Amino acid sequence: MSSIIEVRNITKKYADEKVALADLSVDISSGEIIALLGPNGAGKTTLISIICGLTTLTAGNVFVDGLDIEADYREARSLIGLVPQELVLEPFETVMGTVTLSRGLFGRSPNPELIKSILENLSLWDKRASPIRELSGGMKRRVLIAKALSHEPKILFLDEPTAGVDVDLRRDMWRLIKNLKASGVTVVLTTHYIEEAEEIADRIAVIDKGRILLVEDKSVLMERLGKKQLSIDLDKPLSGLPTTLMDLGITLENDGKKLIYNYNVDLSDSKISEILLAIRSEQVQINDVHTEQSSLEDIFIELVTEGQA
Amino acid sequence: MNLYAIKAIYVFEMARTFRTPLQSFASPVISTILYFVVFGSAIGNRMLPIGDVSYGAFIVPGLIMLTVMTQSVANASFGIYFPKFLGTIYEHLSAPISPFEMVAGYVGAAATKSVVVGFIILAVSFLFVSLRIEHVVLAFIFLIMTAFCFSLLGFILGLWAKNFEQLNFVPTLIITPLVFLGGSFYSIDMLPSAWQVVSMFNPAMYLISGFRWAFFGVSEVPIQVSFLAVFLFAGLFLGVIGYIFKTGYRLRN
Repeated sequence: MSSIIEVRNITKKYADEKVALADLSVDISSGEIIALLGPNGAGKTTLISIICGLTTLTAGNVFVDGLDIEADYREARSLIGLVPQELVLEPFETVMGTVTLSRGLFGRSPNPELIKSILENLSLWDKRASPIRELSGGMKRRVLIAKALSHEPKILFLDEPTAGVDVDLRRDMWRLIKNLKASGVTVVLTTHYIEEAEEIADRIAVIDKGRILLVEDKSVLMERLGKKQLSIDLDKPLSGLPTTLMDLGITLENDGKKLIYNYNVDLSDSKISEILLAIRSEQVQINDVHTEQSSLEDIFIELVTEGQA
Repeated sequence: MNLYAIKAIYVFEMARTFRTPLQSFASPVISTILYFVVFGSAIGNRMLPIGDVSYGAFIVPGLIMLTVMTQSVANASFGIYFPKFLGTIYEHLSAPISPFEMVAGYVGAAATKSVVVGFIILAVSFLFVSLRIEHVVLAFIFLIMTAFCFSLLGFILGLWAKNFEQLNFVPTLIITPLVFLGGSFYSIDMLPSAWQVVSMFNPAMYLISGFRWAFFGVSEVPIQVSFLAVFLFAGLFLGVIGYIFKTGYRLRN
């Protein structure tokens, strides 16, 4: 898949010498959903702000659909829609008024039918004449999305799109994002909710301290870095671990009542069959067996912790 | 040229004006009526004519300019400061808009509003005094140019201001005194000679003088000087705005 955004060795240093991004490079493919994960202050919002033109670059280049965001800012920005993290809307303006403004700002001719369709899809059509101040937080979030979609962008940036919204609305947002992807829109989202990235992203980029720690397909990431754990509850506690089991990498826990074996998700080096045979030969009585797989959250924490080490 | 963006900003700003008609139109009109009652009727009856112009008529151009200048600064500064304050400025900064287009939208709307208020005050004036305008077209051009010029100044103020206190600081402590002392209610010739010299350093004086010339054919300084002053101020303010956008000062991190 071709890259629609190419970020090349960008650095952002603020006036107080704080380095927000350090020689960061990343490619974003056309039509994908990529989630930027990282702790607070990692540089996620700075990266988005630079691509969207809100923050100036100290060094490096960013190309959007082959267009330099500084030299060709008009064409580059017209391809981008941005949904900011904060609910920043003019309180006295109506829903229709603010969405119409957005389309005009991006140089698009009036298209009432399109605006109607966007507002209907976001369940805002009935509220089109309402002042923003009368809307709930969830509706304001949807107005921000309507504004970003009003000029038919090829790329949509969502900065913490589900921060502070209830579970139902979060699921609605996820459906909406998946529909946008199906219509060919590239979606870049930052999130604190690992579950969100796990649910909707095609690829994950982990950022910490202004650097990209990793960019990987979600499934590959889960497979490559995901860990599985086999837990075997014993009928009677063991006073010590038999040598045959110890040699297979098993540990004894929970006062001798549990055998633990860690292995990789891809199963290529798993010794589960040998372990079960060894347990049988040692005449150890089993009560229960279960496995657990590490989540994206576990992987994220591990990556960031390693990055900080 | 992103004409749709200019139109979108202009329409949005004008809509804000019509949402608050009392603040936008009634307030300056009531203030002007009070000025006429106090300066035109109460005090004006005891004032000698200035040249062959009655004092009540003499203050009309000054009153219009006073309102147009202060309203232009207030409209444009609030217009750009409010999106900054709310955070909605993100959309303008991420849109394919050049600084010129942004200025055209905001300053165009601010100047339009103050010119409309200027016309309303002129209409109200006819209720109080007998008035003649010798150079109607030039008066109109001068009014528009002044509104544009002070709207540019207001736009700079709105970009510069970090809070509402700063937003009010310049109009209250700088613009209003300059306009009052620029001959809104008197001829500079009426001042002691030392203060006449001081008045020559007041930019508002050139604009009020020029507008008054368009009404009565008499002025403190030649009309050419007044036009030159307007162009100089407009050029200076455009230069400052260009610098702000180029550097991203108080706009982009």
